[in-house]
Amino acid sequence: MSMALSGLDIFKLLPKTNCGDCGVPTCMAFAMKLAQKKAELSACPHASEEAKATLGAASEPPIRLVKIGGANALEVGNETVMFRHEKTFVHPTGIAIELRTSDGQAKNLEKIRDVENLTVERVGEILHSDLFFITQDSDNPEDFVHTVEATKQNSRKGIILNSGDNKALEKGLELLKDDRPAIFLKSRLSEEVIEFAKAYEASLILTAESFEDLGAQSDAAKEAGINNLILNLNSENLGHQMQNNAILRRSALKQSFKSFGHPLFSYIKGENSHVILARASMQICKYGSIIALSEYDKAMLYTLFTLRQNIYTDPQRPIQVEPKVYPIGEPTPESPVFVTTNFSLTYFMVSGEIENSGISAHLVITDCEGQSVLTAWAAGKFVGEKIAKFIKDIKLEEQVKTRKIVIPGLVSQISGDLEENLPGWEVIVGCQEASDIPSFVKNVQLT
Amino acid sequence: MTFEIPKETNAGRVVEVTLGATSEQGGTRSHTITIGGSNALPFHFFEGRHSNRPIVAMEVFDKVPAKYPEPLLEYYRDVINSPADMAKMCVDEYGAEMISVRLEGTHPEKGNKSAEEAADVVKHVLESVRVPLIITGHSHFEKTNEVMKKVCEVTAGENCLINYVETDNYKTITAACIAYNHTVVAQSPIDVNLAKQLNILLTDMNFPREKIVMDPLTGTLGYGLEYTYSIMERIRIDGLAGDQMLAFPMLVNPGYETFRVKEARALDQDYPSWGNLGERGIYWETATAMSLLAAGAELLIMYHPKAVETAKKKIAEIYESGKGE
Repeated sequence: MSMALSGLDIFKLLPKTNCGDCGVPTCMAFAMKLAQKKAELSACPHASEEAKATLGAASEPPIRLVKIGGANALEVGNETVMFRHEKTFVHPTGIAIELRTSDGQAKNLEKIRDVENLTVERVGEILHSDLFFITQDSDNPEDFVHTVEATKQNSRKGIILNSGDNKALEKGLELLKDDRPAIFLKSRLSEEVIEFAKAYEASLILTAESFEDLGAQSDAAKEAGINNLILNLNSENLGHQMQNNAILRRSALKQSFKSFGHPLFSYIKGENSHVILARASMQICKYGSIIALSEYDKAMLYTLFTLRQNIYTDPQRPIQVEPKVYPIGEPTPESPVFVTTNFSLTYFMVSGEIENSGISAHLVITDCEGQSVLTAWAAGKFVGEKIAKFIKDIKLEEQVKTRKIVIPGLVSQISGDLEENLPGWEVIVGCQEASDIPSFVKNVQLT
Repeated sequence: MTFEIPKETNAGRVVEVTLGATSEQGGTRSHTITIGGSNALPFHFFEGRHSNRPIVAMEVFDKVPAKYPEPLLEYYRDVINSPADMAKMCVDEYGAEMISVRLEGTHPEKGNKSAEEAADVVKHVLESVRVPLIITGHSHFEKTNEVMKKVCEVTAGENCLINYVETDNYKTITAACIAYNHTVVAQSPIDVNLAKQLNILLTDMNFPREKIVMDPLTGTLGYGLEYTYSIMERIRIDGLAGDQMLAFPMLVNPGYETFRVKEARALDQDYPSWGNLGERGIYWETATAMSLLAAGAELLIMYHPKAVETAKKKIAEIYESGKGE
């Protein structure tokens, strides 16, 4: 266990010669910079081994970054906050799909191909699952090896190996030599598995029934030189799972409790797909780094992808949609034109409510760097001149015959400015709230 | 290795709010329901108390919402035009713990039904079910005030949850709640400070704290969920830290908000990568409900029977883990 070191703590470990070779005039000043993470110890050519070891440990992230997979590996961990509003969550929950050897090769191959094709675009991001979780639940170890082989041949996603049979496990690892696999341990950590992890550079998913045992296994693995660890504190009960996750995360972040400074894993099963979805949702919200789904379907994955995207969005950097003209319904050249900003939420609300109103329209989304209407207006990004320029740039006048454009009611003040910059157009001030669009279009002549 | 669970205790506690009234209390409900009372973050039984489980309510309508989706109609087709029958079905068959009567049909542009008609609907629902009621209005100030005043009057003593007041329109409805002994929902647009300000306005009218439920405004999954989620977490953290004007139970609307969006309505053939429509709506509403529970929701108004079933089961399971703590 170690806490962040203060400038004074660090100073004590430095040569105290004030030689300036690090580029900072005094050792004390250098120590202060190190404490603020504005300098690296490697800048000091005279640092002792003790200083390197101590500072190295202190500068490790509180939750270790672990990678699974080859070229496009999944990265999990490195989180620094308990709540997304404090800063942001950084590495979205990895979603793994389980392949069971008992399902037979044909079915698994079909599943692999299905999962590979399952991608969805949402606000400019391609959403997909990340890993396969291969479980040996049939007697023949060859089944396991074949499934690993088929997965490697048909997918570039990372692989988690789950077999209690060490011979089968080793054969699987052999196939995944350069693919940085993970080994899921159903039972306690053994010497043999430690050797596998070393030989094949695999990360380990440790399973325990208690905090104490989980910590002990984590310490033992690290003692043996394995640092790429993922933690699975087993519990059937969702309430315990959520509390365990909160306790592990808090221990790592607030107490710098190194034994628990690792990503968290959960295997998700349930009596039906709705329960699986509910459990998976909780894990995505509250600290699950990798979830392995025992069952899946398209709609379930789309839901989970969207939740993951929502929760892992940086609160300081709103999601933007591409600035362009969006057809709502089946617009003709005569259909009305609406304009708003490219803040994703604004786009979703406005497009959804135009749809709800039952009319077809052209929705012009201008580039406001993802800001909402009032913020963008205040920043001078959603003003007459800029909107007019955008409309000319995209040659809207060639696409539509109408010459009426509806602006958000919140920025009625720009209407004169916009009309001036957009000769031939009539600017109509719309409603203030998107939810009032259906009644607005009923009461106002737009064409 | 020695490990001690890091516990954090809080100075504040979410106020307990009781909904409904039995005959001894001047109402006609078979029982009351209490929400709130937590002194720790959601589900943190290891470091605090959660005296009351979150409650799942279902909603009936004085007028069938435009574009009410097929996956819901499958369940409600025979009763959708009869709020009293639909309420009974929700309680008896789908396990609704409360019923929200949404009076959108009184909106001048959505039917313009009279306050008297609305009051009749509410009276019929009161007769058909014995659970406490939520009365849900709309954003047309003048009309919703008129309707709520009437409804508060005819349900005097029932301690309904009057849903909702907002900063620009709270006086009339709050006064009616005081006069006829109801509880109120204070709705604010996804903003901690505005939420707090409204609660201060209500308490300045001498409205009792234990009769306020907050609605932080629900953005459903994919449509601003992350904003609602984080605002709720911030409200709860501040409330637990001792800010009395934020320490109220929170109401959310996964049902209404989910079944308005494309994902819960679009046909399979239009969006092949989105999967089966019937399941999609259930998943969408369930994921919204679960994440808002994680953020601190105490009262959820939900629509799909399968989503209701799952949410209730998971709430019960989570609270199972708190036994003996």
